[in-house]
Amino acid sequence: MATGGTTAPQLTAPTGPVARKRRGAGRLRGDWLGVAPFFAYVLVFLGLPLYMVLHGAFTNANGGLTFSNFSATFKYAQYPAAFRSSLILSAWTALIGAVFGTWFAAAVLTTSPRNPLRRVVTSASGVLAYFGGVPLAFLFIASLGTFGMVTLFFKNQLGIDLYAHGFTITSLFGIGLTYCYFQVPLMVILMTPALEGLQPQWREAVESLGGSQWSYLRHVAIPVLTPAFLANLLVLFGNSFAAYATALALVNGTVPLVPSLIQATLNGNVLVGQTNVGLALGVEMIAVIMVVMILYGFIQVRARRWQR
Amino acid sequence: MSVVAPVPAAGDLAVGQPQPPARRGRRFRRPRVWTTAIFALSALFFLVPLVSAFKFALQESSGKHGFGNFTQVFQSAPLRSSLITSLEIAGITAVVTLVLMVPTVIWVRLRLPKLSLLMEGVTILPIVIPPVVMAAGLTQLQGKAPAWLANLLFTSPITALTPFYVILALPLTYRALDTGARAIDLQTLVEASRNLGAGWPATIMRVVLPNIQTALFGAAFLAIALVLGEVVISSFLLYTTFPVQLIQEGQAQPGVAVALSLCSIFFTFLLLLALSFLGGRRRGMTRVGVL
Repeated sequence: MATGGTTAPQLTAPTGPVARKRRGAGRLRGDWLGVAPFFAYVLVFLGLPLYMVLHGAFTNANGGLTFSNFSATFKYAQYPAAFRSSLILSAWTALIGAVFGTWFAAAVLTTSPRNPLRRVVTSASGVLAYFGGVPLAFLFIASLGTFGMVTLFFKNQLGIDLYAHGFTITSLFGIGLTYCYFQVPLMVILMTPALEGLQPQWREAVESLGGSQWSYLRHVAIPVLTPAFLANLLVLFGNSFAAYATALALVNGTVPLVPSLIQATLNGNVLVGQTNVGLALGVEMIAVIMVVMILYGFIQVRARRWQR
Repeated sequence: MSVVAPVPAAGDLAVGQPQPPARRGRRFRRPRVWTTAIFALSALFFLVPLVSAFKFALQESSGKHGFGNFTQVFQSAPLRSSLITSLEIAGITAVVTLVLMVPTVIWVRLRLPKLSLLMEGVTILPIVIPPVVMAAGLTQLQGKAPAWLANLLFTSPITALTPFYVILALPLTYRALDTGARAIDLQTLVEASRNLGAGWPATIMRVVLPNIQTALFGAAFLAIALVLGEVVISSFLLYTTFPVQLIQEGQAQPGVAVALSLCSIFFTFLLLLALSFLGGRRRGMTRVGVL
């Protein structure tokens, strides 16, 4: 690579405009070579599985181009039903996660910056939000499963049999409860920077103008935070929609969510010859998340106006 | 309102630099009730499952109480071998990630800053494509790949999973490294080093890398933690990694699975906490890129 190429231009005086231009063009091509390994890697190892999904989704049994796999995902009741329950589950876990996560993050930020609680909360949130998956499922089996500690406590100490009242940890509600265990921490991580962006001067301004705590919230904090809140709500929605590890561990995949239907079509033991329909479901999942991400992008542009 | 709060000093008006909460002047009466309420609620929701899991794990299958479930990982051969497989994959994933991403991130910041947006877009792709869809694509690849490719990739869990785990970790690892590279004045450091006569290898090894040390640890750690927890792809491809074995264990011996789950959550937590001390000297609140 060109030696000293990055030194400040005013130090290495160019020898005439032509020489400068030629050198610039050569460097530009060289610059692209520097990122080539990365793009090649992504193209191969992300491109290959993605190509297999797309190719399968648009192929019929004889190998011809078709859209029938997609129409099948709307024709048979189980597929739209799975989409509906996946979307509903994602929506309510995202909403609960967003509300309680923001509230919790705001409460943590009222403590002193030197408080060790902050460090603990940040680290714990990181663990639960990003790496929970299977272990979280077992925490909930241990507490709310048939022989879970909380279930037994309710039964033996309070005389309430949760399972007799229709609760199971393997129901959609139970799974959603487990999802909240990583949704709330994720919101804490996502909202903390936005909450830190609230300048103390704004609060002081409201104060010196005679405003109350409520008018500060109503006219300053909530309007400023709304875009960030909505954007992060969408992240939580997508996170829950794409999640599968926890459900896989909780109920071994036997739950009417889109990911488990994809697994069923691939295994072929429940639905024979539907592999390509499963891949079409995969493409539809990508489409849903893409819509969510695009909305996120639009809102994020607005949210950044107040974050610097 | 008769009492006017003291006018903040001119410097305090500079927007953008984080300020500690004002200590002087009359403050609002903080709504303590709301803060206390959410702390109590969170403690209930987050600690009850942890405590229950601990109690649950202490019950051994023989009916006694003890730590037998926790030591099971050393006694059970399938658990041990799956853990070793996962640790190997995790280590290699971290190394591949650093070798691939560190030069790329440095390069983009030094030479192609305009590419940042594209990089962000590309590294977010693994989030747009859910693990289950990636896994579905890989099972197809496993079944339909030509023999040479299948032999190359799918004969061992390490070659089958590592390349794709690097991709899966990209959204986290890229952000960790990029945040680290942004936090220092890379351009000036490199210029200074080059002007003092250091070659490129010395500049990278002795100037750039030590300055983004925290980010390197952060990225490596995020990759390792992600691999140790990933279950969807490995179970679809029928490789017995640690979390896959954990699920199987959960059916026969739930106590063991719960004990190991607690351990894995706790160790990850300790590592993240240690990481936050590593990077936390400069700022009040730590950020390992994504955290």
